[in-house]
Amino acid sequence: MTVVFWILAAVTVAGGLAAVMLKNTVHCALALTTAFAGLALLFMQLDAQFVGFAQILVYIGAVAILVVFAILLTRESEQPEKGVFSRTWLAGLAIAAAVFAVLAWAVLNSRAALPDAVGLPKPAPEVTVAQIGDALMGRYVLPLEILALLLTAAMIGAVLVAMHEKGGRK
Amino acid sequence: MANTLDQIFVLLKHWIMGLFPSAVQPVIGALLSVVTIIVVFPALFALTTVLERKGLGRMQNRIGPNRTGPFGILQPVADGIKSLTKEDIIPTSADGVVHFIAPLVLVVAVFMGLAVLPMGRNMQLVDMDAGLLFFFAIGASTELSIFMAGWSSRNKYSLLGAMRAVAQMISYEVPLLMSSVAIVMITGSLSLVKIVEAQNQYTWGLPHWYIFTPWGFAAFVMFCIAATAETNRSPFDLPEGESELVAGYFTEYSGFKFALFFLGEYLGMFSISGLGSTLFLGGWSAPLQVLEFIPSWFWFFAKVMLSIVVLIWMRGTLPRLRQDQLMNFAWKFVLPMTLLNLFVAAMWRFMGEGWLRWVVCSAILIVVYVGAGRAMMLRQNYGPRSYRYAE
Amino acid sequence: MTPLAGYLLVAALVFAIGLAGALTRRNAILVLIGIELMLNAANLNLVAFWRYGPHPEALTGMMFAVFSIAVAAAEAAVGLGLVIAIYRHARTADLDEINRMKG
Repeated sequence: MTVVFWILAAVTVAGGLAAVMLKNTVHCALALTTAFAGLALLFMQLDAQFVGFAQILVYIGAVAILVVFAILLTRESEQPEKGVFSRTWLAGLAIAAAVFAVLAWAVLNSRAALPDAVGLPKPAPEVTVAQIGDALMGRYVLPLEILALLLTAAMIGAVLVAMHEKGGRK
Repeated sequence: MANTLDQIFVLLKHWIMGLFPSAVQPVIGALLSVVTIIVVFPALFALTTVLERKGLGRMQNRIGPNRTGPFGILQPVADGIKSLTKEDIIPTSADGVVHFIAPLVLVVAVFMGLAVLPMGRNMQLVDMDAGLLFFFAIGASTELSIFMAGWSSRNKYSLLGAMRAVAQMISYEVPLLMSSVAIVMITGSLSLVKIVEAQNQYTWGLPHWYIFTPWGFAAFVMFCIAATAETNRSPFDLPEGESELVAGYFTEYSGFKFALFFLGEYLGMFSISGLGSTLFLGGWSAPLQVLEFIPSWFWFFAKVMLSIVVLIWMRGTLPRLRQDQLMNFAWKFVLPMTLLNLFVAAMWRFMGEGWLRWVVCSAILIVVYVGAGRAMMLRQNYGPRSYRYAE
Repeated sequence: MTPLAGYLLVAALVFAIGLAGALTRRNAILVLIGIELMLNAANLNLVAFWRYGPHPEALTGMMFAVFSIAVAAAEAAVGLGLVIAIYRHARTADLDEINRMKG
């Protein structure tokens, strides 16, 4: 449990907290970007460098910008007048706290059920990009092709959903 | 084949590292490389500003700056003093924290991109297995800083410039990646060091650079177009066009922060020129086998400066593209051509050696380029102008 | 506390924060931000178990995480398109206002 892990965990959690608590929506999006960056660095800390770079490229380079564009297009960047939390915020908070309690209890008390070797620090696996490529084209080729179809469908769907209707109510 | 002059910086670094106890040696080594990059590239940036102003001046039939030092060489010093001593004006309605962080994010991201470029034999900061992916991931982060700069100024012109810049950069990111994927496919590795080493072979004295193959040449052209758009340089500089949007997304910046944005933009130019040289022009390898006695780092920087000169030349020559023209171009022409280029590169690999693969690959690329270009131009009917008002 | 438990706790915390955000905020886009945080927490779980579990050379956890990133990006695109379409129709993205099936 190195110092680096604690710093990155603190950055990620702080970014997540800021992302759901701030008033200004664009600030929330930027805090979300910080959380993504913290998570990418955590992935690299776990010796999964490819996943870390893919996280930066996809999430920070695309999803964060999508969120920001959507915020600007729906004019939510101005200050809201009625308060940012919904009427039923207490119930939501209670549910989230309960979920975290259950998960934390499960994580902390499950060590007894696992064999001794699992969970202890192990030497890092040597994963090269060539191995990932082999896996993608060999064992995981079916999910890859289905993902291609999914991305095409999502792209066409998103364009159609957000398109201006011709002659509709503007 | 490690010539002493060729490896002189590596030997110097190892000598300095040897002066320290072995526990701190890796840290000292990394620190030395980082300090070298932080010193060398801003120095090149200073040189480039003079080069650009004199070059543009000559192309526009005027002399550039010539009062500060002989031939205006001390102009960057004057510019630096001016930027550092100017008052830092922040508009009262601007978002303070975001306004402050935006130039920092840009400069940090651009410096990190320079870490994976092999600047000579054994002269890269880190040799990552997925170096190219790292470079593109970091490049994608610069778009966010431009948006932050434009939005935090609370200025309609800045926001408009920032949105245009981000839309342009996302549109051209896909052709940039796809044109590099052909190189990765043929080399078989994402590591920039291996890509350069694959090009460092000579046949009859001529090098195996990827630009000398038909698919490599097409990919290089598309990479250049996408790189010019990614760094917001003319003819794609609508977001920062001086005659259009005051200064686009950095309208409200003054003094040192403006200098940081300027530095970030030019360093982005250097890093993407460095990447283009590494992928297509052979990185640090010499053009002819007889010239191999000249050190490798000289060739790398010569190629980078040549690319910068070409970028300055394009800025002085070509008119600006309109936003919808450049997005049209990206999605409807460059992207399909990059996909076709991938297919042609695969065909090249599997056709075996000989003259046939040259003819077939070149023929496919030229026919589709001419055909698609003509088809796109025919569809534009230049009728009477119609107006569409903003709803 | 083992390193694996540390990573899993961080993932659980980020998941709970995302869930709280998705359940308590008014704005539709912030609900989507919460969903993205939850997906990221699940990815962290997957990669942590890949690293510390048996057979990391099978690359299963890492591949799952990569596919999850891609699917999350697609879902974010469609979700934000939906939010924009709803905004265009109802003139607001406030979820407390858009609580009737009748348009």
